[in-house]
Amino acid sequence: MSTLRTRVVSVNSGTPVLERPLVDDAVGTPVPTASALPRPPRRWVRATILGAVIPIAVIVLWQAIATSGLVPSYRLPTPLSVWAAGVDLYERGVLYQHIAISTQRVLLGFGIGAIVGLALASIVGLSARASELFAPTLGALRAVPSLAWVPLLGLYLGLNEDSKVALVAIGAFFPVYTTVAPALRHVDAHLVELGRSYGYSGPALLSLVQLPAVVPAVISSLRLALAQAWLFLVAGELLGASLGLGFLLVDSQQNGRIDRLFLTIILLGILGKGTDGAVGLLERFLLKRWGS
Amino acid sequence: MSSSSLRDSTAADALSVSIHDLSRRFGDRVVLSELSLEIAAGEIVALIGPSGCGKSTLLRHIGGLDSPTGGSIAIGGTPVTGLDARSAIAFQEPRLLPWCSITRNVEVGLPRGKRAHDDRDRVAALLELVKLSSSAHLRPREISGGMAQRVSLARALARRPGVLLLDEPFGALDALTRLSMQDLLLDLHAAEPATIVIVTHDVDEALYLADRVILLGAIDAEENAAQASIRSTVVVPGVRPRDRGSGDLAELRAELLEGLGVPTHHLAAR
Repeated sequence: MSTLRTRVVSVNSGTPVLERPLVDDAVGTPVPTASALPRPPRRWVRATILGAVIPIAVIVLWQAIATSGLVPSYRLPTPLSVWAAGVDLYERGVLYQHIAISTQRVLLGFGIGAIVGLALASIVGLSARASELFAPTLGALRAVPSLAWVPLLGLYLGLNEDSKVALVAIGAFFPVYTTVAPALRHVDAHLVELGRSYGYSGPALLSLVQLPAVVPAVISSLRLALAQAWLFLVAGELLGASLGLGFLLVDSQQNGRIDRLFLTIILLGILGKGTDGAVGLLERFLLKRWGS
Repeated sequence: MSSSSLRDSTAADALSVSIHDLSRRFGDRVVLSELSLEIAAGEIVALIGPSGCGKSTLLRHIGGLDSPTGGSIAIGGTPVTGLDARSAIAFQEPRLLPWCSITRNVEVGLPRGKRAHDDRDRVAALLELVKLSSSAHLRPREISGGMAQRVSLARALARRPGVLLLDEPFGALDALTRLSMQDLLLDLHAAEPATIVIVTHDVDEALYLADRVILLGAIDAEENAAQASIRSTVVVPGVRPRDRGSGDLAELRAELLEGLGVPTHHLAAR
């Protein structure tokens, strides 16, 4: 029993994580906070390791299949050749251009779509009359499949940045509008009446009661909108672009560069996850401020 | 200390309330019928009556949250037209903004449009008055129901109201918390002498707090059960704080309960 205990202590004191409570105790902070401290990092490390298991397994399996000869290399490149394709594009200076222009289109379109979506959702969500006026039309527009807009936007705005940003904005608009408008309509009527009875109305009431109440809905709608923005970006770039990740996909397909195809798909995954992570940070900040 | 600092800061005077022939119907349903009532400045009036008799409707009309289909209401001699800054209402539910601290929730009650330099001091003094200074930074979900109602009261007082309207403010609290909240309300009334109109289901609460108890209900039950007006007015004797167990109050209590249709089996001393 005693040997077991000493062993545990010696093992634990060897880890840097557990040294912290000792230091904190010396300063005199209460024990619960000190013993609570090491937990989050440990959980974080575990989550990272567990989260990396499947990607690593996939890469290993991929490498095994690609080198086994079961699938010809023009159908399945090795992970290393995908990496090499990336390095090659990077060294020629075009990888950065493709990524930068696509990211710029997504961020611009997402920003415009989200702002217009929030504005229209506020009007439709707060005024019954505006809802009767706008909701049927917007519902019908939402039913139009995304790609149907591409030829029209190309004709009106030209096959340039404007038409692609506009397409991304359309993609980002609808998740925000369709989530936030009903959320605003269903804000606790008691709290709205409270605000009114204390003299708040219009924009002041909006910022006191309604907007904070729909913060969680706004955030989840922004996450959806961002995913839609990437979707619409690739749709737009597939159908007419000379730069960008969607263009790289078409170009690689036409030239049989399957390594670049894999590279682009992986890049889209990483970029999508990265921007989603940025919204996740915003979410943590906003929920800390406005969460109940 | 806190009460004196409250009095120093331009506390509004209590205002009288005059209700004249007030009627309110929702469609075919008459809720209030030609009700008239005079409330003196600084008076505490309790409105009691069976559920659905129009107590809360009457209170909402005084606060300008609802508009009558007939008759008129005046506060301090000038008519009430819509929401009125001279009155403040505390609802049955505390209705605190869950994403704001207790302090911020009380600040919501401050008069709109004219922020004063002593607002911060006033909110702090009110929080001390309702014994919540040490919880000022907490969020509503972190406090108890009784504390939440104290926040709601402090928020209403932050407005410096001439008339304080309370809609069953202690109805959802446990019996002991309710008693201490009643004493707190009397302390607040001493510190901030507003006219108080309180809607309650609780006859004992009405008798303990009020100068006058107004029993609302249908005058002619046969004709229209919902049609409500003042059935009787009870002037409560004695000065506050009253003895909760006093014999005089027991008589009045029996009288009011009989009026509410609850037999008390009370043997009158007369």
